[in-house]
Amino acid sequence: MTYWLAAVGRAIVSLFFIMNVGLLTFGVVGRIVARVHGRIGPPVWQPYVNIVKTISMRTAVSHGVMFYLGPVFRITGGVGLYLLIPAVHGSTWLGNFHFTGDLILVVYFIFFGMLGMALGAAESGHPYSAMGVMRGLTQVTASEVPFAFAIIALAARHHSLSITEIVAAQQGGLLHWNLFVAPVATAAGLFSLLGMMMQSPFDIHLAPQEIPIGPPTEFHSSYLALLQTNRSIFATAKLVLFVNLFFGGATSIVALVVKVFVLFLFPVAVGVVFPRYRVEQSVRWFLGVPTAIGIAAVLIETF
Amino acid sequence: MAELFCDARPQAVDPAANRVVRAFYNWAQANSLFILAFGTGCGAIELRPLFTARYDISRYGIMPRPTPRQSGLFIIGGYASIKTMKRIIRSYEQMQNPKFVMGLGSCTVNGGMYWDSYNTINRLDYYLPVDVYVAGCMPRPESLIAGFGRLKTLIREGRAEGANRYAENFDWYKANQKRIIKDWNMPEYNW
Ligand code: SF4
Repeated sequence: MTYWLAAVGRAIVSLFFIMNVGLLTFGVVGRIVARVHGRIGPPVWQPYVNIVKTISMRTAVSHGVMFYLGPVFRITGGVGLYLLIPAVHGSTWLGNFHFTGDLILVVYFIFFGMLGMALGAAESGHPYSAMGVMRGLTQVTASEVPFAFAIIALAARHHSLSITEIVAAQQGGLLHWNLFVAPVATAAGLFSLLGMMMQSPFDIHLAPQEIPIGPPTEFHSSYLALLQTNRSIFATAKLVLFVNLFFGGATSIVALVVKVFVLFLFPVAVGVVFPRYRVEQSVRWFLGVPTAIGIAAVLIETF
Repeated sequence: MAELFCDARPQAVDPAANRVVRAFYNWAQANSLFILAFGTGCGAIELRPLFTARYDISRYGIMPRPTPRQSGLFIIGGYASIKTMKRIIRSYEQMQNPKFVMGLGSCTVNGGMYWDSYNTINRLDYYLPVDVYVAGCMPRPESLIAGFGRLKTLIREGRAEGANRYAENFDWYKANQKRIIKDWNMPEYNW
């Protein structure tokens, strides 16, 4: 009993930690993007204010049961993904839950939230919601192809599907990181990261020009607060996963925050430079060079 | 078609009873304003420079949202033709309480240079509860920013209760709206 209580307590602390890392990262990145535009940008704490604001809305309409469950599924995807990744290697509090082969489940969780959101968005009845979900699913499917190859390459290299073991194998200095040990797999992974982080040129699910906002069109008040919270947890969890897989994991909170932030700058930098792709351009891009690099990584690591 | 719309009348909802919570919520409302991205009339052209480098409204916590569900502030950017009025009313009713309306330009105050036109309205607050008017034809972005400042003060003081006024005087607003919109081929309740 006490074991379970302690485990739940640690999970809550860990989630609270990652939520704040995510919100602050988004706040800082918002300012950086604004500087690129020549603007000043919103305050760093703007994501917090936005969440308090959406919670404080006094009315909310519903479109049915799935409409309620859509954001719940979405945040389940984010929370489930994060709780299976050891955030700080060797830490009791931020070690989260892990088991042999969790890498497979993690890949599934990246997709899970999207599917839940598809159900909720469909019930909202707004055509832009359905369209945005369709576009988002198409892109995630395409970007998971190079990611899957990168993971297979890593598993072949380390003879393990456990994230903890992959992190453990990278300890002992910079040159043990998969970034240097398996650079081709890292390249494939980083390309697919572009498609997962929802920054342009791959923000086609929101499609700011032709179907502004996409899946969350109808969500408001507390539903939206859930989605906003999930956005920070989910995005940061994906970055933590990449830090674990390719950049040697993190052995302290400071290392984790720094690595997550620096890694996030990569999709952000690509995003402020390039305009947006259309759906078919994005799919074609992912199935081209990144997939080829992924296949090359698998071949290199297996033979 | 009917099942796609809610058929309940709007209800006035009181703000949080606890004084501290209410003040905190009002502060958050004032510092995170989502503008509905719906440009009506020529004043809407003044909204664009607000978002770009010169005026950069985002530093005040103000940003555009393309969906009425998530927006809290509706800026009526000048003359509202009767045809647009139908869409304005639908969009306004789909926004969630608390919601605020800003009338931009002389046309929303008294009709402006379209005063005797056959297809524009003369006074916006007959049809929607307006919190702040920004006069001018057309007002510069600076006056708009001053208007935002005024609106923020009102929200922080808890005096921007337009959504509740709309619900309490619903019949009066509906009667006024139907007087000008002759082909009322939309549902009575739109949220
Ligand atoms: S006040 Fe002037 S600028 Fe504004 S809508 Fe009317 S005519 Fe156009």
